[in-house]
Amino acid sequence: MATVTTIHEDHHDHDPAKGVMRWITTTNHKDIGTLYLLFALLMFMLGGAMAMVIRLELFQPGLQFVDPSFFNQMTTVHALVMIFGGVMPAFVGLANWMLPIMIGGPDMALPRMNNWSFWILPFAFAMLLSTFFMDGGAPAGGWTLYPPLVLQGGNGFPFMIFAIHMMGISSVMGAINVIVTILNMRAPGMTLMKMPLFVWTWFITAYLLIAVMPVLAGAVTMLLTDRFFDTTFFNAAGGGDPVLFQHIFWFFGHPEVYILILPAFGVVSAIIPTFSRKPLFGYSSMVYATSSIAFLSFIVWAHHMFTVGLPLEGELFFMYATMLIAVPTGVKVFNWVSTMWRGSITFETPMLFAIGFVVMFTIGGFSGLMLAIAPADFQYHDTYFVVAHFHYVLVTGAVYSIMAATYYWLPKWTGNMYNETLGKWHFWLSTVSVNVLFFPQHFLGLAGMPRRIPDYAVQFAEFNMWSSLGGFAFGLSQVFFCYIVYKTIKGGEPATSQVWEGADGLEWTLSSPPPYHSFSTPPEIK
Amino acid sequence: MDKLKQFFAFSTLLVCLPGAAYAEYALNLPFGVTETSQAVYGLHMKILWVCVAIACIVFGAMIWSMVFHRKSQGAVAKQFHESLLAELLWTIVPIIILVIMAIPATKVLIDMHDASEADMSIKVTGYQWKWRYQYIDEDIDFFSSLDAASNAARQVGSNIDPATVDHYLLNVDHPLVIPVGKKVRFLLTASDVIHSWWVPEFGWKKDAIPGYINEAWAKVDTVGTYRGQCAELCGRDHGFMPIVVEVKSAEDYAAWVQAQKLEAVAAKQIVAETLDPKELKHKGKKIYRANCAVCHQAKGEGVPGIFPAITGSALVTGDLSQHISVVMNGKFGTAMAAFKDQLSDLELAAVITYQRNSLGNKVGDTAQPADIAALR
Repeated sequence: MATVTTIHEDHHDHDPAKGVMRWITTTNHKDIGTLYLLFALLMFMLGGAMAMVIRLELFQPGLQFVDPSFFNQMTTVHALVMIFGGVMPAFVGLANWMLPIMIGGPDMALPRMNNWSFWILPFAFAMLLSTFFMDGGAPAGGWTLYPPLVLQGGNGFPFMIFAIHMMGISSVMGAINVIVTILNMRAPGMTLMKMPLFVWTWFITAYLLIAVMPVLAGAVTMLLTDRFFDTTFFNAAGGGDPVLFQHIFWFFGHPEVYILILPAFGVVSAIIPTFSRKPLFGYSSMVYATSSIAFLSFIVWAHHMFTVGLPLEGELFFMYATMLIAVPTGVKVFNWVSTMWRGSITFETPMLFAIGFVVMFTIGGFSGLMLAIAPADFQYHDTYFVVAHFHYVLVTGAVYSIMAATYYWLPKWTGNMYNETLGKWHFWLSTVSVNVLFFPQHFLGLAGMPRRIPDYAVQFAEFNMWSSLGGFAFGLSQVFFCYIVYKTIKGGEPATSQVWEGADGLEWTLSSPPPYHSFSTPPEIK
Repeated sequence: MDKLKQFFAFSTLLVCLPGAAYAEYALNLPFGVTETSQAVYGLHMKILWVCVAIACIVFGAMIWSMVFHRKSQGAVAKQFHESLLAELLWTIVPIIILVIMAIPATKVLIDMHDASEADMSIKVTGYQWKWRYQYIDEDIDFFSSLDAASNAARQVGSNIDPATVDHYLLNVDHPLVIPVGKKVRFLLTASDVIHSWWVPEFGWKKDAIPGYINEAWAKVDTVGTYRGQCAELCGRDHGFMPIVVEVKSAEDYAAWVQAQKLEAVAAKQIVAETLDPKELKHKGKKIYRANCAVCHQAKGEGVPGIFPAITGSALVTGDLSQHISVVMNGKFGTAMAAFKDQLSDLELAAVITYQRNSLGNKVGDTAQPADIAALR
């Protein structure tokens, strides 16, 4: 500890600037991490507000509140905001905060680019959200942007495309920074196979990002030229092909869903051992499983398109490849369970969220396996069954891992313990309500309710009402979460540097909060 | 004795409950009325039970350790962190399960792809927001849209309780009619954006894509009425383009085909006489409400940025033949559909006359069915 304090004092001239300029000009990984996390929280609440509008309209059959075209804007922008503004920046924020510390480095390798990649985001989202005030409203063709429908959009269309370009640039720069940092900034002795799994999963995620974000950029640029420069990439009447867009989009889109979940695997692989007081079971198989998932993610994209009329051979290939993903994903779940097995478990809030993650992510995995069966997918496709599936893996999966990470590292970041009772209340309120929200959607989908509809036949009324009530409760629980975070930042019981009894890793060797510059002298790696 | 009574009452309740619940709302995939849908249902249940079994093992182990391996119970952590045997086991066993699942799935998939030797073919075309059915060998061709009762009830603030509407949002003006026990081949395409044709009881959905003709088939074994919806987001009224299929016995089907043909002949006999502007406007208003108002709005004001206004439009108040041409052929690269196949000469003449002389426009001329016929 003493050494760390010395390091801090050695660098007095590098203390943060005062006031708002600190945040605008910062090149410090912790400051940028904080910015990312707060931005993600803001977007999470904003996207959540849109979800509330959706659930309000779906509370009962008939159209009570919004016009169908506004409803479509809500579903579209809700998804874009949650994916590109909520989950992705939250994970980049965690990476910024934790990666340099976890590998024993002083900061991210490319600090100025780091600043830029964050500060692009507020502008990108301001542009995306400004489309609500334009003629024709916000994009309403679904976040998947399928032509020809998306080309019917109003004046907001080019703004959305440009916003996506900017988000992509931000993500790619963030990914480059992660890779360069991991490859160059590790403390001596920190070999690749000694890195914490959170570092590993982010390392692989960063490669996925670099591989697929340009593909999305290409696809949306083709949409732009189709709309404004009379190209016909996706217009059958001009020799183009609307299905081509779907292939390109999902070549991006499927790796994208692993971009959203791999860092979550890393978070959970850090938390479960801590609170089981036992080393992670099967570390190397976790690394190999993550790599296999990343590889497979590139060859399964057309399972999102089973109903477009692929040839039989294509459908068989994508069905088999998709089913295969269950194997490495299963390995990860089995490893987490084995880590808990014969441990000495306590149930602090991060552990509750991590266990919630394992259980509910697995439920989402099961429905994923069901969706992989192509003939059955002909029934499930584009129904609420799919909505239930991806919300289980993304809300109770990705978002739960972000919550877990927040409670786990918040004492480290702020130097204050959060209120454990409130944290547990937050967990239980969220978990009960999120299941009331999403579980009935399985039934709705199986019973025949398509997704993305603002109104429905009366036999779907009961479950929609349940789902909406769960949704409102889940929404309120997250306002409560904001309060807990705010309260912890403002004060609380001082946290020790170890914070958690069973925690292991370099971040716990630093004070809470850690010095502004972490490891100017590399730590010794056991 | 009381205890015993209670027990019986409780057990009876338990037995009856699931039945009662199923009667009101479905929890599961429909078993369906085709061999395909029943095979799909079988696959669905098989994979569901596989998942339930794995869930029992995984969650069981988790719960076990959460109960018995907790620190408050005095558990001391073991420090093992590797087992090659376990890792091999939980890699290989899932692969075997997956192979066992893949075999029947492959069989069903191959069968679903085989649309050969069909007894009849129907071309299904998706429009924003209605379906068109063309019977390939029968010269039957019609559009099928949301029925008037549902359409009235689904307007924002209509104050009509959907529960009072017959098959709210799942009813159409002209249902598709097919014969029982015949293999019907569906050829699916779309005229504007991508739609998806789905009747859950048949066991599949298939996208209707502009520029593509997708193939699917159904052989329905039970006479009855089956309902579904468009399943691919296709714009504002995506939630309002249902599908209704009436499956009729061979005799009833033959009678229906005969009736359709007589109707078609009658429709063609409407003499191309010059009609009174008032009559045209009156007819046109109804057609405008049903076909145009969804985008251009009931009062013709349009939606800025996406749907141009009819009121004061240069096109509508300008040259008649230009106006007719856009309504008939649509406008390339916009949401404006081509209506020449959707509406008859009389209907087109009526709606065009209405647009020119109503909704705040006063051009003063009329479009006559003959004007339309001349431009066909």
